[in-house]
Amino acid sequence: MLTSTKSRIAMIVAASLFSVAAAQATDITGAGSSFVYPVVTKWSAAYAAKTGNQVNYQSIGSGGGIAQIKAGTVDFGASDMPLDSATLAKFGLGQFPDVIGGIVPAFNVEGVAPGAMVLDGPTLADIYLGKITKWNDPALVKLNPGLKLPDLAITVVHRSDGSGTTFNFSDYLAKVSPEWKAKVGEGTAVQWPAGVGGKGNEGVSQYVRQIKGSIGYVEYAYALQNHIGYALMKNAAGKVVKPTIATFQAAADTADWKDAKDFNLVMTNAPGDTAWPITATSWVIMYKQPKDVAHSKVVFDFFKWSYEHGQEQARSLDYVPLPPSLVKQIEAYWASEYKM
Amino acid sequence: MQTPPAEQTKARNVDERSVADARHDRFFHGVLKFSALLVLATLLGAALSTLWGGREVLFGQGLHFLTSNAWNPVEDDYGAVAPVFGTLVTSLIALVLAVPVSFGIALFITEIAPAWMRGPVSAAIELLAGIPSIIFGMWGLFVFVPFMSRIEPALSATLGKLPLVGKLFQGPPLGLGLLTAGIVLAVMILPFISSVMREVFQTVPTRLKESSYALGSSTWEVVWDIVLPYTRSAVIGGIFLGLGRALGETMAVTFVLGNSYNITSSLLMPGTSISSSIANEFNEAVGTHRSALIALGFVLFLVTFVVLLIARLMLRQLVKREGK
Repeated sequence: MLTSTKSRIAMIVAASLFSVAAAQATDITGAGSSFVYPVVTKWSAAYAAKTGNQVNYQSIGSGGGIAQIKAGTVDFGASDMPLDSATLAKFGLGQFPDVIGGIVPAFNVEGVAPGAMVLDGPTLADIYLGKITKWNDPALVKLNPGLKLPDLAITVVHRSDGSGTTFNFSDYLAKVSPEWKAKVGEGTAVQWPAGVGGKGNEGVSQYVRQIKGSIGYVEYAYALQNHIGYALMKNAAGKVVKPTIATFQAAADTADWKDAKDFNLVMTNAPGDTAWPITATSWVIMYKQPKDVAHSKVVFDFFKWSYEHGQEQARSLDYVPLPPSLVKQIEAYWASEYKM
Repeated sequence: MQTPPAEQTKARNVDERSVADARHDRFFHGVLKFSALLVLATLLGAALSTLWGGREVLFGQGLHFLTSNAWNPVEDDYGAVAPVFGTLVTSLIALVLAVPVSFGIALFITEIAPAWMRGPVSAAIELLAGIPSIIFGMWGLFVFVPFMSRIEPALSATLGKLPLVGKLFQGPPLGLGLLTAGIVLAVMILPFISSVMREVFQTVPTRLKESSYALGSSTWEVVWDIVLPYTRSAVIGGIFLGLGRALGETMAVTFVLGNSYNITSSLLMPGTSISSSIANEFNEAVGTHRSALIALGFVLFLVTFVVLLIARLMLRQLVKREGK
């Protein structure tokens, strides 16, 4: 016991000496999506402790991140919306996913326990379109035969600020409801047909907790931390699934990445049996021929490290690490697309 | 005959001093002018840069931006009507509530309160002015919104049944909405209006008031017929100071207004305001969306300008009537 502690200390000392000696510390900067900010910051601290390289990440929003990388003022940008291949080619950029998160419908209906309600895509779309206005609507009763649903008005809660969460949520509704696609569409901000807007995940969760009969959508972590009732979803395969790390990973695993050039794929409504239908990722965007090759090498090293060693940090913040199958494809993409 | 050297020196000293004084005066004059022009230049610069930033929607689509109530970032179709509506309605509610209360507070402090109470009450009101608006927002969200959602059913059942004004109070009891935002704004602008009123009420010569009391006036008559007419322009100035603040208030409103692009007849429904739309969406907005938000900023300039212009005109009318 004692010796093992001793040897561990010796190892740590040796490791830190080694890293100090070996690393010509390089500071890299990134900017963009606020969705990945917590996990990138946590990775950055652990990565800096190991290699001495600092990763400074500014959460200025996806749009800002794209603008900054195009202007070449940062080493990498991060966006919740993928760029299409034409845009990437035009600027000489490449993109790849970094981490996964889940978005869950959260509700506040007295007498219905968290996880007891089942929703499906078309019903959720009709609620957000303002067509289903009561909790005891036949469509909801049909999905929840065992549940006693009250005659209570539904208040829709959405994000008031532009966000990647809204992008993925509206993208999912557009995939499952032709009417949503025609009337509202998808984007980081959309023209909401109904409801009230809360600022940020915390704003939406607060409104959902306060307003009786409300429904909202938040990142998985917020639903867990705020103890809000979340709903189960019927996925593309027709199976009812629970939001968990396993079902988020199943979505990333079964999404059709192979046919998606430059990973230009929003993985909502993924086909797998156990896939959570509203699973999101965000993309790292970098120049294929960077001005500063040394910096770009550190960026690749950082994300490689995060895929291999950053899983614990990601899980502790309720993010989901990419499944190994996807990491392999990303590494192949690096090798073929980024010439350095 | 020569003047004695001492006198000569003195005369020269006086001469020099007056020259130096004149120079200092000119310098001082210049500094003052520069300060005043700097304010104008900043204002003009801000207005022009918002105009320039918003040119895509302001000039690209004709009057569409000013007349449409759409706000669709997906289709890039924007209109300023809903945010302008929300801004004006919440500010109006705030004024309707804050002006009488401020008047009462100022009156109480200057005319009625015993001397020992004046200090603490004035200090408390000034402290209210020092609370950051984000605190009002959080208080609104965590404390006031739940309270409003409890009393809104009662409002709908009583005021909502009245003819004409009934429509204003019908709606779901969300707790969020135009009325809630208006009340929070009223609390926020109250200290500004009441401070100004208190200050100017104190400037009314005691002579005038005493004479009126001597003629047998009640306190109310003294206030209504002596104090108010004497201080009218300053009181209106104070009210518009509060209104200006209400029009531009951002954070507190964002928390309690509901942030939804609605134009409704009911005050219980959620809405949006110009400044809260900008605060909400600016971070993730690019291209036309960003241009639309900057154009909204310009519209806020216009709205504030028009409101202040109306205030000036009202004041002029009042002064004219005074002559008759």
